[in-house]
Amino acid sequence: MPDDLGFFFLLLSNGILIGLMYALIALGFVLVYKATDAVNFAQGEFVMISGLVVAAALDVWGAPLWVAILLGLASMVAFGFLLERVMLRRLIGRPVIAVVMATIGLASILRGVGPSTLGAGTRTLPLPIPDEPIVLGPLFIPPIQLLGGVVSLLFLGGFTWFFLKSRKGIAMRAIADNQQVAMAMGINVERYFGLAWAMTGVVSALGGIVWGNLLGVDINLSLVGLKVFPVVILGGLDSIPGAVIGGLIVGLVENVTAGYVDPYVGGGTKDFAPYVLMILALMIRPYGIFGKKIIERI
Amino acid sequence: MIHRECGVLKTSYEADMALYPLPIARWALAGLAVIFLGIVPLGLDEYFLSVANLVSVAIVGALGLNILVGYTGQVSIGHGAFMSVGAYTAANLANRLGSPWPVNLLAGGLMAAAVGVVVGTPSLRIKGLYLAIATLAGQFIIEWIINHVTFISGGVQASIEVARPQIGSMVLSSQRDMYYFLIFFVVVATLGALNLVRSRVGRAFIAIRDQDIAAEIIGINIFRYKLLAFAISSFYAGVSGVLYTYFLGIANYEQFQLGVSVDYLAMIIIGGLGSIQGSVFGAIFITLLPIVIRRMMESFGGVFFEPQTVLNLIPNLRVMLFGALIIFFLIVEPEGLNRLWRNIRNYFRIWPFAY
Repeated sequence: MPDDLGFFFLLLSNGILIGLMYALIALGFVLVYKATDAVNFAQGEFVMISGLVVAAALDVWGAPLWVAILLGLASMVAFGFLLERVMLRRLIGRPVIAVVMATIGLASILRGVGPSTLGAGTRTLPLPIPDEPIVLGPLFIPPIQLLGGVVSLLFLGGFTWFFLKSRKGIAMRAIADNQQVAMAMGINVERYFGLAWAMTGVVSALGGIVWGNLLGVDINLSLVGLKVFPVVILGGLDSIPGAVIGGLIVGLVENVTAGYVDPYVGGGTKDFAPYVLMILALMIRPYGIFGKKIIERI
Repeated sequence: MIHRECGVLKTSYEADMALYPLPIARWALAGLAVIFLGIVPLGLDEYFLSVANLVSVAIVGALGLNILVGYTGQVSIGHGAFMSVGAYTAANLANRLGSPWPVNLLAGGLMAAAVGVVVGTPSLRIKGLYLAIATLAGQFIIEWIINHVTFISGGVQASIEVARPQIGSMVLSSQRDMYYFLIFFVVVATLGALNLVRSRVGRAFIAIRDQDIAAEIIGINIFRYKLLAFAISSFYAGVSGVLYTYFLGIANYEQFQLGVSVDYLAMIIIGGLGSIQGSVFGAIFITLLPIVIRRMMESFGGVFFEPQTVLNLIPNLRVMLFGALIIFFLIVEPEGLNRLWRNIRNYFRIWPFAY
């Protein structure tokens, strides 16, 4: 049964690459949660809006690619700082539902602002890489997915270094541990919150470029954000390696189940399987694979 | 000026437990009854009555969600899915067995309650954000099942037509008939919720919201009460879904997607978490928002923009304003419209002697 085995490996390789691309988006989510305890239900919209900015810069203003990418990164950094200053700083210390709903509201705003200012049609986001998949025996590897996977792994390495070694990263970990003590140690907590959101902006911008190239840029790009939740729950909400592991698990599971189950149920397993997996994971290990367990006191 | 609370001396337990102890409140209620049972249905045309009917459906759903989120503190992003469970249960019963609407209504509510308990089970171990994401998963899974199991969805379009409800031999065909039909359930649901939250069960819910570990220590069985909160909330959602199905004449899963769950959350946030009155305000506000925006833009949008731009702008403006309002209320007035209303009322309560 070499064909079946080949099919299985094809699903596996696809799953790994897609999983790494999910991890890229999940990294942004985890960063913010780790540093500021806020959840970002607008992660998908961040990706969408940055993809839109880059695509519009290329398409409408005819900017060269590197200018467009820089513009995308810069605008997301500025947006991250602004967002923290205007919205999230006022929600510090409020119940979970407040932040959840605020970011859902933000998602709604971005969904309105994006198409009405940057164009509602689907744009392409061409990158100077070949379209032809790399064929390795039974495997077809699209270069863009390879690029996405590499970017994701680079960020994993970069953030691991950042949080372990750099001064700012250590400050962020201190804040995540205990905000008041961090403040007492002279850490400017609010500025680091802004920094965390700006870093999320950078990750989202790169996610937007990679995913935008893969799917085309329009409002539906934000739907990749819905995949973030299974990823981060599986990996643990505040763990950066967890985001990558979770991404890999989700990518593998959805590709393999979609490959084998879809023919019998008429499609859609891709969007459904990760959530079932997530519910099971929540039942067994509510704080994810690498997440920190919360101890509650009255 | 408006009313005085002094001189209201209660001499019996019944008077003490009355929902509306003040004479002025009873008068206001009577006035509202006259407006909503007489003037509104007789004075408005079919279009505005259909809007009022949408509001009625939303009120029932929002009350249910507020019991869960506002009173028990369990965040749920799956309310739309519970509504769809009720809707499809009723539609299937009506078409397969030809059962009358009261049976369908009850069955839809109970089925949604059962599903709600299942989806709410993780709440025993997890809370806050994790629970929110678990209910989000519930939303997707229920949506997928309804969409893919043809026994439930009834075929390709996943929509089932339902005949108009009948009372005796009278078919409720016009919007006015539906208005009376729905307003009855709004009243029942509101009274039910008002009485629930001041009962033993409601107080247990509030204790769980404020600190669930502390609630457990003082002897509240949080296992039972959390699931009960999910069951009651989903029952409301199911009933609301059935009512919506009868209102539209069709059960369709597209009416109950993630966006609907978010809409209901927005209703209770903007209306006021943990407030019955707030649920009503929020339901009215969120349901009217897109309609008002469209009307405004159609009338005045042409002054600022070209006609084509206006058409493109309307749906985007709706989502933008929707998001902006949620954030505005969260930051500026976390207790929502209900708090604004209380502020106004308190101002007049002691007017003109403000101190």
